[in-house]
Amino acid sequence: MKKKIITIGLLVLGLIFCMPMIFLVSSSLMGKSELLESLSAILSNSDEYVKLIFMPKYPTFRSYVKLLFDSPEFFVTYWNSIKIVVFVLLGQLIVGVPAAWGFAKYNFRFKKFLFTLYIVVMLMPFQVTMLSSYLLLDKMNLINTHLSIILPGIFSTFSIFILYRSFRVIPNEIIEAARVDGSGDFNIFIKIGLPLGKNGIISAMLLQFFEYWNLMEQPLTYLSDKGLWPLSLYLPNISLSYADISFVASAIVLATSIFIFLAGEKYLEEGISTLAEKE
Amino acid sequence: MINGININKKANRNYNKKGLIFILPSLLGLFIFIFIPFSDVVIRSFQDEITREFIGIGNYKDIFTNNAYKLALLNTVKFTVICIPLLLLISLTIAVLLNRFVNIKVSHYIKTSFLLTYVIPTASVVLIWKLFFHEKGLINAIFFKLGFEGIDWMNTKYAFWVLVGSYLWKNIGYSIILWLTGINAINKEMIEGAMVDGAGEWKIFTKIMLPNLKTSFYIITVISIINSFKVFREAYLVGGNYPDESMYMLQHLFNNWFVDLSFGKIAAASVIVAIFIALLIVVLQKQWKSEY
Repeated sequence: MKKKIITIGLLVLGLIFCMPMIFLVSSSLMGKSELLESLSAILSNSDEYVKLIFMPKYPTFRSYVKLLFDSPEFFVTYWNSIKIVVFVLLGQLIVGVPAAWGFAKYNFRFKKFLFTLYIVVMLMPFQVTMLSSYLLLDKMNLINTHLSIILPGIFSTFSIFILYRSFRVIPNEIIEAARVDGSGDFNIFIKIGLPLGKNGIISAMLLQFFEYWNLMEQPLTYLSDKGLWPLSLYLPNISLSYADISFVASAIVLATSIFIFLAGEKYLEEGISTLAEKE
Repeated sequence: MINGININKKANRNYNKKGLIFILPSLLGLFIFIFIPFSDVVIRSFQDEITREFIGIGNYKDIFTNNAYKLALLNTVKFTVICIPLLLLISLTIAVLLNRFVNIKVSHYIKTSFLLTYVIPTASVVLIWKLFFHEKGLINAIFFKLGFEGIDWMNTKYAFWVLVGSYLWKNIGYSIILWLTGINAINKEMIEGAMVDGAGEWKIFTKIMLPNLKTSFYIITVISIINSFKVFREAYLVGGNYPDESMYMLQHLFNNWFVDLSFGKIAAASVIVAIFIALLIVVLQKQWKSEY
């Protein structure tokens, strides 16, 4: 009995957590007139309240069609987002994965100090390094280009922090055995580290995907040309009077995230849990 | 024999040096993009922002007498001090309940629904927040039906609490998973044995679970601090550069100083925050003797 009540209570709480998403998707399926009517309270400052609608009366994909065919700028921003995310993740794979391996499996002087430094960098809010980064990027003539976001993004230390743990749990005996067999360090990394750390790598990349898909502070500071903006900045700038476009665009951005989340959920959960595992 | 040891030591040293080679590209990048530019900012924090002449601690004096700085610092500290314990507590409660009372299959769905909120782009959320917390929005519509007075959520002191709620909503999912990892690693026989001996749920929780959850505690604290800085996104998108006073954070202040080109002030404030975070990490590491 107690078990049932607690289970149902938690299920309801979980559902409440998902409510905003359900609301967003159902609103995106409304026709423009239905949507404007339910939002009229906000748009026209009348005495009524916004109406709570979870199922549109006349579901329609018209707003989706309108966004996909009549809004070229949506595609440009979507492409901008993809470009930034893909290059940052690729760069992190090349730079971050070996670094995490080095920290996890080797001992060298100042290692502890260096790793602490990495964690400090990881914890810095963007605003703290904003001025220094701006001055540098300005000197490099990168302001107002995507490189101003991609280049610093490649050296983010967050994924190294995550990867460190998943490499750490690989037993040292395997590596020693390979070394005795005459494998070089680089070979060991490629043939043992990468395959055994695969899940950790995937989950780190997933976490970074959500981070860079959602990026706001950097583009806001470094990109003044709106044509370069990613979705995360473009969306909030659609005014509520274009509510139909606004909801559909939000729903599509949300769908991309949810799709990737569901596809990688297993890895994501596993990767998050390795963080709290004891050795 | 002595020679043998020497050779071994040498081999060992060489092998350890190779670790640095793996780290080198990343380290180089950090030097170029973070450490060297930041040392420039440290120097600027002691200089006049226009002439770049050394003026001692003038910039630091400036910000400590600045009212906007006091407000923003207070709000940011208040936010962190309220949110992080609240997040730790709520997610721990849910994790323990899931572990002790909910079967694994259902528990999986509940975890998913909590984790899902973490991946929702802020930009999508903000649209919904506007509809929920508008003066004529959904929350007030429900209040109205229940016979309560409506509240102007976003333009009064309640704005701060909306931000707290939004943070908890977003960050509870991974915290639950991190607690559960810790809980699942605890020997089941130990818990069952304690139950046979007549220990209640509370005793199991305080005597067996809690002492084994230090690693989870440390990790959740670190990640939730990182994410607490990101509520700026919600605050900025809902309220712009100058939102209600109650949610005016250090991030807003930095941004506004940046727009005003008050580089001296930003430099000094950056140095202070950086030192504070470095100290925080050292304290956390000591506290939990973690190998991080």
